[in-house]
Amino acid sequence: MLSIKNLRANVDDKPILNGLNLEIKPGEVHAIMGPNGSGKSTLAHILAGRDGYDVTDGEVVYQGKDLLALNTEQRAHQGLFLAMQYPVELPGVNTMTFLRESLNAIRRARGEAELDAVNFIKLVREKARLVHMDDRLLKRNVNAGFSGGEKKRNEILQMALLEPRLAILDETDSGLDIDALRIVADGINALRSPERAIVLVTHYQRLLDYIEPDQVHVLANGRIVRSGDKELAQLLEQKGYRWIEQEAAA
Amino acid sequence: MSAAPNSVNKLIQGGYEHGFVTAIESDTVPPGLNENVIRLISAKKNEPEWMRERRLKAYHHWLEMEDPAWAQIKHPPIDYQSISYYSAPRKKGDGPKSLDEVDPELLETYNKLGIPLEEQKALAGVAVDAVFDSVSVATTFKKELADAGVIFCSISEAIRDYPELVQQYLGSVVPYADNYFACLNSAVFSDGTFVYVPKGVRCPMELSTYFRINEAKTGQFERTLIIADEGSYVSYLEGCTAPMRDENQLHAAIVELVAMDDATIKYSTVQNWYPGDEQGRGGIYNFVTKRGDCRGDRSHISWTQVETGSAITWKYPSCILRGDDAVGEFYSVAVTKGRQQADTGTKMIHIGKNTRSTIVSKGISAGEGQNTYRGLVRMTPRAEHARNHTQCDSLLLGDRCGAHTFPYMVVRNPTARVEHEATTSKISEDQLFYCQQRGLAEEDAVSMIVNGFCKEVFNELPMEFAVEAQKLLNITLEGAVG
Repeated sequence: MLSIKNLRANVDDKPILNGLNLEIKPGEVHAIMGPNGSGKSTLAHILAGRDGYDVTDGEVVYQGKDLLALNTEQRAHQGLFLAMQYPVELPGVNTMTFLRESLNAIRRARGEAELDAVNFIKLVREKARLVHMDDRLLKRNVNAGFSGGEKKRNEILQMALLEPRLAILDETDSGLDIDALRIVADGINALRSPERAIVLVTHYQRLLDYIEPDQVHVLANGRIVRSGDKELAQLLEQKGYRWIEQEAAA
Repeated sequence: MSAAPNSVNKLIQGGYEHGFVTAIESDTVPPGLNENVIRLISAKKNEPEWMRERRLKAYHHWLEMEDPAWAQIKHPPIDYQSISYYSAPRKKGDGPKSLDEVDPELLETYNKLGIPLEEQKALAGVAVDAVFDSVSVATTFKKELADAGVIFCSISEAIRDYPELVQQYLGSVVPYADNYFACLNSAVFSDGTFVYVPKGVRCPMELSTYFRINEAKTGQFERTLIIADEGSYVSYLEGCTAPMRDENQLHAAIVELVAMDDATIKYSTVQNWYPGDEQGRGGIYNFVTKRGDCRGDRSHISWTQVETGSAITWKYPSCILRGDDAVGEFYSVAVTKGRQQADTGTKMIHIGKNTRSTIVSKGISAGEGQNTYRGLVRMTPRAEHARNHTQCDSLLLGDRCGAHTFPYMVVRNPTARVEHEATTSKISEDQLFYCQQRGLAEEDAVSMIVNGFCKEVFNELPMEFAVEAQKLLNITLEGAVG
């Protein structure tokens, strides 16, 4: 589904990714871990098509297509979803309106009929239950005055609604207390399916207590320096990142 | 960093939809302004002598006045001798106008603008006065309104048919010597709308005037007078468009509102005069004096304006809160793009006790547009426990435009309370990325965010108008933001 080969990228002429390789198949859950500044968020942003990153080498093939040739919204139309680390507020934009515009934009791009208001509301209510999202939040403006946990739940709600093929979750666990973490993790687990791949970008192992990954990768200095199963995550939890960085540098 | 630069260029090039010219034979007086022209206008309208004398008095005063220079706008001096002060579509005979007698060419013009004048096609519940260049060409639903006791007609008819009302109220809110453009209007105004809602009557439908400038080298100087007698209610809408021309055309109107005890007037404007091209050639100079007098206790006047057109907008719809417990409101969205300049805002003059006013101003600047909010809140010594809340937000699209705010406050009563909030923001790259990641095209994302920014004001518009305003905003900003 996603194949990244020798990806190199700069931000303001400073190399951040230094030859990154990654293969992801449908149905798999991958965790990408690493210390601050290792390039985790950069990778997530580049995959989603954010401006400000200069890809200098390598290729990214997504569902047989050159992902980097598509613009941001085209990638979304093709089923790529990024749950943001810091979901922004959209003052004055009602959450329901935003969700509907978004879903219908994607449906239109795929040649599907737009959902009418009645069916849309039904669908949102159903998905909102999945993440225990209060109806009252849906009536508010997008993320306006939401707590950290509410913002993250709103991201998972959007993921549930848009049904992506590839979902990248950028530090979705950060800033969540245990209860909120469990709700978000339950939501993500419910969205696991044989057609869908999920990439969890995270700093801590604790999210993986709730979502069991098929593979764990350690990103350091812009490259994946080690891959393994969930035991690798536990090892990292005990020993920190330093030994891997040192090992990689040696 | 602000919105992505590539789309900024696009937004600035949104087209103007109403730029066509109607081919119609007109009776236009030659350009120039002197006493004879004023006598001619008065004669063409078969006015009584008192009206002609008022005009001449205003004209002589105007000659002594100077063009105001305090606004945050730049334009070459206006040559008042190069403007034609009267232009009317030629018609047969002089009798009272019925829709059957209106030139089909004119009906077609209004159809094209989305304002069908045939009553069976008209928007349900909206009566229209159609003003074309210097004259009112049709007024719909007159009979239905008359049954309710509401007078809705052109100001020319009102001068002939209801002279007592006109003499009592015309110029009582905006005196002829009020300011340069108001004085000019008082001398040369040609037509406009007159509304009188009698005591205790809730006007059964929305009233509206659609102003259209068609003829080249003319100015439009209309005059609107709305009187809401005790305990009455009226909601009035105004729309304006003009053809695309290389020259600048002057529009200098006066709107006067009078609300007696317990009366409410809701006045909504969607102003879409031709804004000129990207280089700033052509466009309407819109110098307008709008003022409401909350003369009675518990009276209520609410101004809502969506200003997307005109090369220059200079207007400050204001409220004089004379009665105790009177309420004044001003809700405004002003958009400037290309080389447009807007200097707009309001004055809230608190005289009565416990008077309240609310000001919500949303300025959007794109391209090289300059947007200025200018407001005055005056609490006079008698205004015990008066309150004002002002909120003034600016949104910048791109980095060549400007937003300016000049809030003046004069508080002469220690129990009065004045609050002012202001923000300036840009659409952030984070916001755009978020929307695009959710599948929205950049332009749709921008228009969604801009509409969200304006929502508080749009909520104040009557339903059909809110939809129109939103569409208009989207067209105006098409290709303009990123």
